[in-house]
Amino acid sequence: MKDLRILLDVTRTHLLSRFKQTAIATLGVTFGIGTFIIMVSFMTGLNGLLDGLILNRTPHIQIYNEIKPSERQPVDLYEGFADNLNVVRSVKPRQTQERIHNGAAILNYLKGHDSVRGATSQVNARVFYLAGSIQLNGLVNGIDVNEEIRLFNFGDYIVRGSPEDLLRTRNGILLGAGVAGNMSVDVGDRIQVSTVAGGLFSLKIVGIFQSGLAEVDNVQSYVNLGTAQQLLGEGRDYVSNIHVKLYDIDEAGPMSRRISDQFDLTALDIQTANAQFETGTTIRNLITYAVSITLLIVAGFGIYNILNMLIYEKMNDIAILKAVGFTGRDINVIFISQALIIGLVGGLIGLVIGFGVSVLIDNTPFVTEALPTIKTYPVNFDPAYYIIGIVFAMISTFFAGFLPARRARKIDPVEIIRGQ
Amino acid sequence: MAYVLEARHLDKYFEQPVRFHVLKDISLSVNRGEFVSIMGKSGCGKSTLLYILSTMDTDYTGELYLAGKKVTGQSREQLAHIRNKRIGFVFQFHYLLPEFTVLKNVMLPGLKLGEKSTEEVREDAMAKLRLLGVDDQAHKKAARLSGGQKQRVSIARALINDPEIIMGDEPTGNLDSKNSENVFQVFRDLSVSRSLSLLVVTHDEDFARRTDRIIEMGDGMILGGGHAPAPAS
Ligand SMILES: Nc1ncnc2c1ncn2[C@@H]1O[C@H](COP(=O)(O)OP(=O)(O)O)[C@@H](O)[C@H]1O
Ligand SMILES: [Mg+2]
Repeated sequence: MKDLRILLDVTRTHLLSRFKQTAIATLGVTFGIGTFIIMVSFMTGLNGLLDGLILNRTPHIQIYNEIKPSERQPVDLYEGFADNLNVVRSVKPRQTQERIHNGAAILNYLKGHDSVRGATSQVNARVFYLAGSIQLNGLVNGIDVNEEIRLFNFGDYIVRGSPEDLLRTRNGILLGAGVAGNMSVDVGDRIQVSTVAGGLFSLKIVGIFQSGLAEVDNVQSYVNLGTAQQLLGEGRDYVSNIHVKLYDIDEAGPMSRRISDQFDLTALDIQTANAQFETGTTIRNLITYAVSITLLIVAGFGIYNILNMLIYEKMNDIAILKAVGFTGRDINVIFISQALIIGLVGGLIGLVIGFGVSVLIDNTPFVTEALPTIKTYPVNFDPAYYIIGIVFAMISTFFAGFLPARRARKIDPVEIIRGQ
Repeated sequence: MAYVLEARHLDKYFEQPVRFHVLKDISLSVNRGEFVSIMGKSGCGKSTLLYILSTMDTDYTGELYLAGKKVTGQSREQLAHIRNKRIGFVFQFHYLLPEFTVLKNVMLPGLKLGEKSTEEVREDAMAKLRLLGVDDQAHKKAARLSGGQKQRVSIARALINDPEIIMGDEPTGNLDSKNSENVFQVFRDLSVSRSLSLLVVTHDEDFARRTDRIIEMGDGMILGGGHAPAPAS
């Protein structure tokens, strides 16, 4: 330990007496780490935003009754044709209802399940929006407002009015921004809705929502569960969809298969529904790390060069130190510690600069139609990246210092002293 | 009691550029408190011998003993420790660390040895500098000193751990006669007052004549004066 203090004293003198080179090497690390922090914070911030755009509001599992032809036709059931190649042409789906039988029981079962954060039922009704002579295709979603807010951040997308207004108002409707725009109606107006079955209802607009996805905002609107059931002329136990949110998103796949087997319903997990999305996130992360690592490697070469140069200049010092009793290991420690100090100081400054610029980005206004809740650029301040940054700075400078330090360790003092 | 330093049948070859027998069957010994000089023509192998005797060069055959203990074959770490504690070396070209203060230069081997506190080492270092008359330079950077001053500082450094023997490779080679005389007196004092052994390569006849014994070297061999009188028992 005492040894180390002396060696660090030598290290300090070396670094300070070549301040310019030291500063340049340090700046190299600072640049690499700073850029890493800025890039990774901004990129993962964006990722989070984009993920949030879809993932936060997408159920981990959607359960519904898909209308599709039976996979096993009657001919397959008859043993007499078992050995034959049976071809049935023009298969049509069987007449079934869209409803989930026994929806309330399934909902209760799911809510009680250990890995389920929450489950909520929906009633979908296809409608036409009527305003004067205009008729627009639409989809009215009956929802349990409180559960949608809790599980799927429903409140974030209400740009006018509030979800509570929907709860308070009988026959209230939250209209998609696109629909409201197209029909030129606003909060407080009434809107006529006709159902597929022909019923005509007058609903009061209590709010406007904007999801940022035009295809949704142009057709969809939300009402209370009861209202939707009335639109369809169904009873209080009518459920067309159940949305499930789990604690662990990775369980969505297996869980959905189990549900689908158990209840004979279609259960779509989020990974299947949004496969392209994961890929995008992965690729963006990959790019971030690739660029950062490249920068750090470049910085590493800078340090390697400067240390090599330093050792060349300090050849005499090394020979003297060895002649008066310092060991090769001591010399090694001196130069490795020079590299590590450059890494630590450069890395810490890099973190500070990275943090500063991130704060700056975080406060830069970023307004977009598509994302009503976003006011500034998204930045992720996860401390884990700062830890990765400083660890990486230390590791890369260690490796940059490793070879030069080994060279210094092996210098033969006699050769240097004789050479004079 | 054993010799402070004893070499038995040292042989050394250089392989580059051609195989060259630079040291031929060198045997010598130095007693405690003896002030010995080595003389010989330039290129006869004096420096090469001194590097072996000081344990810096391990590429030789034969045996080397320090205070009766065999040094040949010890590990690099052990040899470094021996150089640190038991041998003081004074180079011809006053090798100091230019960016460190004079005081720090003298202190470094003492700090490395680690037997005394930093404060004690500092006091010792000041005392050695005072002994050589350069204590007023203690806080200057070593690079700022004159040649003579540097040489005296490097002698102070060689003394810091109170070694058993000091070796010098033409330590007065670059000094004017006044400084040269000064260094001689310091060496003489040390050998008398502290029973320090000294082995000094020199070209200065006058310097050599006043030492206890002259080892004559020529063409890689010892021509005379290699052996000390039997050590006092
Ligand atoms: N590294 C080396 N490789 C080959 N020959 C060397 C080397 N170092 C010294 N020599 C040769 O060895 C001989 C002895 O050199 P040296 O010990 O420096 O002599 P001195 O100190 O007596 O002047 C010289 O002839 C010199 O040229
Ligand atoms: Mg010589």
